[in-house]
Amino acid sequence: MKLSEIERVLGAKVFCGGDRLDEEALSACGSDLMSDVLAFVKDQAVMLTGLVNQQVVRTAEMMDMKCIVFVRGKAPDESIVNLARGYGLVVMSTEYTMYVACGLLYSNGLGNT
Amino acid sequence: MEPFKLEFAIDGEDFHSAGEASSETKKALKKLGIPADTIRRVSICMYEGEMNMVLHANGGAVTVEVGEDAIAIALADSGPGIPDIGAALSEGFSTATNEIRELGFGAGMGLPNMKKYCDEMDIQTELGVGTTVTMKINL
Ligand SMILES: Nc1ncnc2c1ncn2[C@@H]1O[C@H](COP(=O)(O)OP(=O)(O)OP(=O)(O)O)[C@@H](O)[C@H]1O
Ligand SMILES: [Mg+2]
Repeated sequence: MKLSEIERVLGAKVFCGGDRLDEEALSACGSDLMSDVLAFVKDQAVMLTGLVNQQVVRTAEMMDMKCIVFVRGKAPDESIVNLARGYGLVVMSTEYTMYVACGLLYSNGLGNT
Repeated sequence: MEPFKLEFAIDGEDFHSAGEASSETKKALKKLGIPADTIRRVSICMYEGEMNMVLHANGGAVTVEVGEDAIAIALADSGPGIPDIGAALSEGFSTATNEIRELGFGAGMGLPNMKKYCDEMDIQTELGVGTTVTMKINL
């Protein structure tokens, strides 16, 4: 699924990386626990999370992800967006809850392997 | 390959900049042409170690050495030490406070994760003195 399709399905607002929405994501993960992401995630290019801080961005970078989606309308502050921009990550925010956002992406064909 | 060494001082007071050393290391390893999956393993090991230093030991020092056939990471702190290494290494064991959990850490997965992703790991610790974790990732 293209990142632009994720943006559309989730009605998301894009904070940075708007020029990279043509890139493909083959899978995603959803978690508020960064140490779980570091332990169990393999090649998921997209992380959905309700946690908003710098370590979300660093975790995504360590795992070579492409895109972070903040759920429940949470907006990252300037310093978080700048950090993500520096890593070349796409950052979005959706009003949907974690459960609904994951469900929507999954039922639209974005798996987790 | 020329021997290559990186050194970092980790600020134990600054949660927000925690992980900077790991991302700088990642950048440097990319430039050296290290394979991507090796870089991923080094990144996870070092980042988990760096987070532990910040969250549990008030910072410390990290060195990364890229040798002929392995990358060695050493994380040394002067924190409280680990009373029971066996327990600390088991999945789910954590002494993290609620404050740490709210930041997205404290699942008790860090040390098991480090052990899983490196080829060799050693922990030296003394209560009230500090902890040194060394890891090797083969090239
Ligand atoms: N450098 C350290 N100094 C003192 N204690 C430590 C250190 N590193 C780990 N510990 C202890 O070992 C426990 C387990 O560490 P581990 O990294 O596996 O989990 P965690 O840090 O609690 O949670 P997570 O890594 O999943 O965010 C910690 O909760 C802490 O009690
Ligand atoms: Mg840890």
